[in-house]
Amino acid sequence: MKFLSNRALERLREGAEVPDLAGTRYRLLDRIARGGMGVVYAAQDENLQRRVALKVLDVPGGDGDLASRLIREARVLAALEHPGIVPVHDVGTLADGRVFYTMKFVEGQRLDKYIESVTAVPDRLRLFLRICEAVAFAHARGVLHRDLKPANIMVGPFGEVLVMDWGLAKILCSGDSNAARSPDPEATVFEKPKPSALSGDATEISVVTGHGAILGTPGYMSPEQARGDVELLDARSDIYSLGALLRFILTGLPEGVSAPRVVRLDKSLAAICAKSTAASPSDRYPNVLGMALDISRYLDGLAVAAHQETLLEKAGRFYRRYRFFILLIAAYLAMRVLILLFLHR
Amino acid sequence: MRQDDFQPGGDRFPPTRRSVIEAVGSLDAEERERALETICTAYWKPVYKYVRWRWNRAPDAAQDLTQGFFAELLERELLEKFDSNKSRLRTYLRVCADSFVMNEDKASRRQKRSGGIPHVALDFAAAEEELGATAIDPAKIASPESLETFFEKEWVRSLFALAVEDLRKSCEQRERARTFRLFEAYDLEGNEKSSYEQLSKDYGISLADVTNALAWARREFRRIALDRLRELCASEEEFQREARAAFGWDAK
Repeated sequence: MKFLSNRALERLREGAEVPDLAGTRYRLLDRIARGGMGVVYAAQDENLQRRVALKVLDVPGGDGDLASRLIREARVLAALEHPGIVPVHDVGTLADGRVFYTMKFVEGQRLDKYIESVTAVPDRLRLFLRICEAVAFAHARGVLHRDLKPANIMVGPFGEVLVMDWGLAKILCSGDSNAARSPDPEATVFEKPKPSALSGDATEISVVTGHGAILGTPGYMSPEQARGDVELLDARSDIYSLGALLRFILTGLPEGVSAPRVVRLDKSLAAICAKSTAASPSDRYPNVLGMALDISRYLDGLAVAAHQETLLEKAGRFYRRYRFFILLIAAYLAMRVLILLFLHR
Repeated sequence: MRQDDFQPGGDRFPPTRRSVIEAVGSLDAEERERALETICTAYWKPVYKYVRWRWNRAPDAAQDLTQGFFAELLERELLEKFDSNKSRLRTYLRVCADSFVMNEDKASRRQKRSGGIPHVALDFAAAEEELGATAIDPAKIASPESLETFFEKEWVRSLFALAVEDLRKSCEQRERARTFRLFEAYDLEGNEKSSYEQLSKDYGISLADVTNALAWARREFRRIALDRLRELCASEEEFQREARAAFGWDAK
């Protein structure tokens, strides 16, 4: 029997990773990223002459837990037709027995990278609102994302925002989605995946487990999610993640991470973050629209529901909102005073 | 047309083998024996190398201990006590090996065993040669984690070597000897200078033929290795875990 050197072992591993696309309409292009349960490749759809992203499991077998989860993820995506949610094109099993699905090939940047180029707070907030729209849509269809974090948000070249990676999605029974007919995702137990190669820091570890166990990403998952109270999860759990995401968008720091430098947040925005990430779900916004409404009100210079303003703060906000007119009137009055003083000399 | 002229599709999904963990508890003596042989074939080398390194035993002593360990595995029906919900088979075997060596030391009752594992050829000389070739720094395998890593790596090497051997036989049977030679030249023995172009020139075939042959061989290797692995696992969950570990899908 032939002895295999360490180098040969590595080559064999590399060769074995490549999926067998024989018999499909796809041609493999590049390896994009590795996730907890498989690999995402760029592939060419030969029939439609377009580039797609192909997500494929590592291990063959259509009856395994991971296969069920990947198929469910594809079905969840198929049920969520929204400009802010990456569309799925196809799902199936490759000749080598590995389950795959293809989706839109998103050219763009991950949120954590993209946000560095956006300096103005209102622009960042408008970006966040687009994420809220996609998540609110999913909630309306009875789907919780459960792993909202910067690494799972892509921003396209035209500023379009796409919420990715619905692999941990929970389908709520009360939803009206077709996907709600799929089996309960909590019925299976998965492994704890290592951080992906693209992960930039330790906060991006997705902890994937099953019934009654922890699921999500530290720093972004709600306390009830971290406790494994899966049955109690509802839209407010995603709101917690959105709050952590908002904090990251505004400060560059995920929830629970102490800042190396003092990052000053406007009191209203800090209150929105605090309300969204309250320990008790009942203290959070009841739905994403409520949170988005507060952000919109802030952008319009109005009072936000999350923060009880003092008189001084109200005056300050009033001044900021009507600064132009206030300054105009002040200038007019000053001019009048100067004229009166001049005439009385 | 020769089989080496690659055709996509076909030759896929032979029936998967039954788990040997189930089979060791079988009432059918033949099935039980075959299961034990499969386990011995896959694990004797990792166990031997592990005993050599972890317990710092001379080759002769390590050979006796390895044979003794597998004999005890059969005699004491240790495999039937294995619970896949509690650990992986390879971890269980490693811990059993540790326990066996310690007990042997305590009792000082190690005896020269010969042929404790029926029908499995234990080529200790080759294993010893491999130990020299793997160039392991003993200072780096002191901690329990690194011992586990060492055992895992040797287990993967053993599994892959068996799969490569199966692939070679399969290629010979299907008149795809050239495909295996290409696979051997590029994936097993290749270096930075190896290229598809060079293979194409060396074998006088088109670049597309080289690409197709290598793609086929890799797929077959993967299928065979996974099939062997599935046989060595007690459950689908364990198989998924072990496949990820063997192919390094967790670490990337």
